[in-house]
Amino acid sequence: MDILITGLFLGGAYALIAMGLNLQYGIARIMNLANGEMLVFGGFAAFWMYTAAQVSPLLTVFLVAPAAFAMNWVIYSVMLRPLVRRARSRGQLEVDAILATFGLSFVSVGIMLALFGGDYFNYSYLARPITLAGDTYALNRATAFVAAVLICAAVYLWLNLSRPGLSIRAIAVAPDSARLVGIDVPRLAALAFALGGAITATGGALLSMFFTLDASTGVIFTLKALVIVIMGGVGDVRGTIVAALALGILETFVAAVIDPGLTLAAAYLLFIVILLFRPQGLFGRRGA
Amino acid sequence: MTGAPPTLSLRGATKRFGGLVAVNALDFDVAEHEVMGLIGPNGSGKSTTLNLISGALGCTAGTIALRGVPIHRLAPQDIARRGVARTFQLVRLLPSMSVLDNVRAGAVFGHRRRWGDDAEAQAMRMLELVGLGRRAQAPVGQLTYIDTKRVELARALAGDPKVLLLDEWLAGLNPTELQEGIALIRRLRDEGRTIVLVEHVMDAIRSLCDRCVVMSSGTKIAEGTPQQVLADPEVIRAYLGDDDA
Amino acid sequence: MIRSGGTSLALTALVLALAALLPLAGSPYWQSIGISIAMFAVLTTSWALFSGPTHYISLATAAFFGVGSYTTGMGIELLPYWCLPPIAGVLGAAMAALVGLATLRLSGVYFVIFTLGLAELVRQIIIWFQNFSGQKGLYVLTKITEAQIYWQLLGLAALVYLAGWAIGRSRLGFALRIIGDDEQVARHSGINTARAKVALFMISGAAAAVVGAILAPRYVYIEPATAFTPMLSFQVVIMALLGGTGRLWGPVVGVIPFTFLWEAISSSFPNQTTLLLGVCFLVIVYVLPRGFVGLIEAVRRRVAAREGVA
Repeated sequence: MDILITGLFLGGAYALIAMGLNLQYGIARIMNLANGEMLVFGGFAAFWMYTAAQVSPLLTVFLVAPAAFAMNWVIYSVMLRPLVRRARSRGQLEVDAILATFGLSFVSVGIMLALFGGDYFNYSYLARPITLAGDTYALNRATAFVAAVLICAAVYLWLNLSRPGLSIRAIAVAPDSARLVGIDVPRLAALAFALGGAITATGGALLSMFFTLDASTGVIFTLKALVIVIMGGVGDVRGTIVAALALGILETFVAAVIDPGLTLAAAYLLFIVILLFRPQGLFGRRGA
Repeated sequence: MTGAPPTLSLRGATKRFGGLVAVNALDFDVAEHEVMGLIGPNGSGKSTTLNLISGALGCTAGTIALRGVPIHRLAPQDIARRGVARTFQLVRLLPSMSVLDNVRAGAVFGHRRRWGDDAEAQAMRMLELVGLGRRAQAPVGQLTYIDTKRVELARALAGDPKVLLLDEWLAGLNPTELQEGIALIRRLRDEGRTIVLVEHVMDAIRSLCDRCVVMSSGTKIAEGTPQQVLADPEVIRAYLGDDDA
Repeated sequence: MIRSGGTSLALTALVLALAALLPLAGSPYWQSIGISIAMFAVLTTSWALFSGPTHYISLATAAFFGVGSYTTGMGIELLPYWCLPPIAGVLGAAMAALVGLATLRLSGVYFVIFTLGLAELVRQIIIWFQNFSGQKGLYVLTKITEAQIYWQLLGLAALVYLAGWAIGRSRLGFALRIIGDDEQVARHSGINTARAKVALFMISGAAAAVVGAILAPRYVYIEPATAFTPMLSFQVVIMALLGGTGRLWGPVVGVIPFTFLWEAISSSFPNQTTLLLGVCFLVIVYVLPRGFVGLIEAVRRRVAAREGVA
């Protein structure tokens, strides 16, 4: 029970991070390997605002999200759109995007190392115990989870109810037909990419409330987010949330019962099982 | 008479995509040296049927056998090795290679595998057959549309397949090219090759096919010689609709 | 494709023979640069054997390398040194087979992601095992000299070139070129694409593991964090792409300048290595998408065209 709830709390933050990546890959067709750095950026901003000015991370989120949105919009327009234009095939775009975002990832890590050094960053905000169903949990974890749930719900509703949201989902399902019904695919791809970055950075800010980050942890989260996206299915919000929670619980379980050093190994094991048995994602249909 | 099993035989071959039944319990046989036409309106499941035979798609139900041996559970490469070669509806060549190497791919890895000079000689023979002997060294990017189709055909022939599947091989050709194309396939027919072709061009069907299967909405609605099936009222209705009935 | 077999083989043999004379010069600096170049020559060439034609970007080099280092580290007490690199090769090939069977049937993204984490995965497992035995790292104490390590690497380089040359003229090499062009055509032409890809990935993995095994004595003390450094995988990708993967000799064209560049970077800007590595990636994507080889060929074509006009 204890493991289940702690795992759920962790999974909530994972869901946000992976949803950001999924928007970027599912709609903008860019496998953004610099996604983890956006998360670390969000975490750093929260840390910095809290230690410098005692601003609650829950408020910093409202600064981080627009900033990350703008940054990702620029990244997409300046760096990635030329690649989309010159790519002759989806495969070539994939390779180019992987290399370019790797470069971006390294550059961001390098800049953050230069600015903040290689130290670990953590702060204690809402580090009080609360009691739920007879067990005690850290209040900051619970708060982060609630915030994550709210944001996930908002994104889900926006995608399902608003006009741009529906257009974005149309692109995820059928990029070529979307163009035919008058959807401005390039503009919405940029929007989805920017939004994805904003969601991931928000996830990072929330995660930093209870998780120690440093300049080079980004790649680990990129990996986890990728595993979640593949597990949940590309372009599938519901699948992403379920997969994120499953990974959160699995990691917490492995850390508690076997060894905390094996969390990534556990994520990978899950990855292999999914690849072997359901490569189309948990809810995906085979051979569509 | 219970002779050898037919070269190709479909029994109850079915393909479902979610709720849509693209091919519905299709039965037909193709005898050796026979040219079988697969015709029907757009979206009637002809190309899907070719994809089932070549293994690009798996059957949801039913069986497909090559000379009595079931092949419907095999991967495309295994089906190709057993002697089913195909062309694609949208021509697919290997863009970084020369014309000769494109055809060599079929000679090296197809049903009858060759290597070295043997493969090269076979590839050249196939290029001569399709009328491209002089362009062997050209990069495929420089070819005209009909020549890309010729290369693809030569590649499919290079492995000496038992069955050749042509997916709208004549589509998109201009009238002159069309006559050349029909003549080329007739030559293959006269060589005694076994061919299944999906086609819209009625002239070609009349002059090339021994028999036809007509499909509509995934189901076989007629089978027989071109003259028979094209006179069948149900076939006419399938093509023209029945709003006058 | 140019198939001037005999001359290029002879030329490669000559270059390797000349390179083998380097330790006689006796300068420790050049010796160490030589080892770096030889090591990366093997790693990038074997990487490009697989990734060049198939366009699957492998980031598993560090994992194979680490497995090789650990083979030497754990085996040196039990077995004579000379049988360890071959064992490492077999282990590397086996690991590559497992990874390949799980991921190579799927699109390139899955493969990249999987290989990216592979080194970390193996590292976590080794650390976990070490927690039981209580040891932190391994001592590799041998009498093997730097020069001997260098010669072994050159020998391995010769093997890799020979293998690459042979593959280039084999059915397997032809199959891979077809797969790289259009996998669906490859399958419908009768090529078992999964098997071809896995086979080449195994060769690539085995070579990297052997390099790890050969280099282990140089480090004297190996521990998971140094044996599985992810940086190695990235360096290999950058050097190979910088050189160009369309030719067997392409990667080494990237290795030589990059080794010197990296040497300069890590001594002048030790804190900015990550940043500069990122810049290298961006340069490759935006400035040199086909590597030096592509550049050389474009220039050559332009010159030829101009002569044709004149």
